[in-house]
Amino acid sequence: MTEIYDILIVGGGPAGLSAGIYGSRSRLKTVILSKGKPGGQAATTQDLENYPGFSRGTTGPALMEKMAAHAKDFGTEIIREEVIGLELEGDVKITKTKNGKEYHSKTVILAPGAEPRTLNIKGENIFRGKGVSYCATCDADFFEDLDVIVIGNGDAAVEEAMYLTKFAQTVTIIVIHDEGILDCNKASAERAFANPKLKWVWNSVLEEIKGDGLVESVVLKNIKTGELSEMETNGVFFFVGTVPKTELVKGKIDLDAQGYIITNEQMETSIPGVYAAGDARAKYLRQVITAASDGAVAAVAAEKYLAEEEGFKEQVLSVSEPVMVAFWTPQVEESIDAVSRLEQVAGTLNGVVRLVKIDTYRNKRVAKRYGVTEIPSVVFFHKGEVVGKLLGDFTDKDVTKIIESLT
Amino acid sequence: MLEVTKENFEQEVLQADGLVVVDFWSPKCEPCKELMPSVHALAEKYQGKAKFCQLDSASNKRLAISQKVLGLPTICFYKNGEKVAEFSKDIAIEDVEAKLKELM
Repeated sequence: MTEIYDILIVGGGPAGLSAGIYGSRSRLKTVILSKGKPGGQAATTQDLENYPGFSRGTTGPALMEKMAAHAKDFGTEIIREEVIGLELEGDVKITKTKNGKEYHSKTVILAPGAEPRTLNIKGENIFRGKGVSYCATCDADFFEDLDVIVIGNGDAAVEEAMYLTKFAQTVTIIVIHDEGILDCNKASAERAFANPKLKWVWNSVLEEIKGDGLVESVVLKNIKTGELSEMETNGVFFFVGTVPKTELVKGKIDLDAQGYIITNEQMETSIPGVYAAGDARAKYLRQVITAASDGAVAAVAAEKYLAEEEGFKEQVLSVSEPVMVAFWTPQVEESIDAVSRLEQVAGTLNGVVRLVKIDTYRNKRVAKRYGVTEIPSVVFFHKGEVVGKLLGDFTDKDVTKIIESLT
Repeated sequence: MLEVTKENFEQEVLQADGLVVVDFWSPKCEPCKELMPSVHALAEKYQGKAKFCQLDSASNKRLAISQKVLGLPTICFYKNGEKVAEFSKDIAIEDVEAKLKELM
């Protein structure tokens, strides 16, 4: 039989690696499938100095290598495989990879991340790798003593522009806003304004990229005056946000209008046992630290799910005698009374029927699965099947009637 | 895979007969390092049918630019010294293999 992982994580960025650390440290059989070398987008960011405990001088690749080593140290398996298919319904989730392998797991944590957004500007596509770039660490070397422009003015744009000044002759940032207004954080903005190698073009957007084989110039448009101007440059770096890599789960789990995976605070997606973490999740802030946080929450939620499912199977589904599952919660007084009456019924029947109590405040999922909408409720199981239900208040007679019909 | 540099590029790629595949990479390029193992696998699979080279463009910048490569990763195909095809940025190894078969 194929081995079954407790937790399978799709994606090896900070979200996936943190989930790996938490999962394997809880002694769960945990595997990460990562398309390339682990690290995600963070591994392509040179200066990364806002992860707590890792100050100035920290690099993205170095931090990610530490995270990967940390996860491996606790026993996480990291396999370089690209995921191309997911079957998420059912108790055992099936993950298919590009080289034809299938992985089985009880839970899945989706941490596929995001990728740079493209604007589809005239020339953007044909000059890819010819001066158009989305990765400063990949391509900065080429532009030593050359001129480049940067499109965008968020954190990534301004920080990567500063990195590029270490190589290029000039770096010009094209900003859509009025002079002095940037979308990035204040610390980066102050440093950028003080950097003599950075130049600025305000109120402008990129209209076209021109060249002959390699990028030679760009056409800029002033959005206030509508005026077009041509500017010579050797490189165009795009940092205009990211898009989630969620094509794979489209139509399978709930996504928002932009394609981000919708979860609750426990990182649960619309499918039980499937979680999401990191940049691909709909959320307020996309940073290494929030990705790591998501990963930790997802792994702990998965661990709890496994314990509850395992417990339910052992105590209810694989028991030979009939089982009454009482759904109660300490906050509802009638349900406390109902449980004690059920205990008496079980006691008088002496071994004919088992009683299992589920606190719906702590375990909402099982209640939902069996359509329990009222507290108290009792669901009767025999040989793994539902054989009766009492929703809402009930009498002892109702209970004994159902049990008699079963025995 | 053969490591080519500015010293031997002319001889190993431009003067070579038949099909040559050059993988342009650099030590700082993480996507390049992601891609490399699958390029190595192709090199092994098509041993004797095509010549596979890799070029560190960080130490051979001018050479890379002379080949109109200004972004990584890039894979170029040369046939009898002439560049005949090229892939850049999001490279799917399946596309590279398909092109290879087409050119062989």
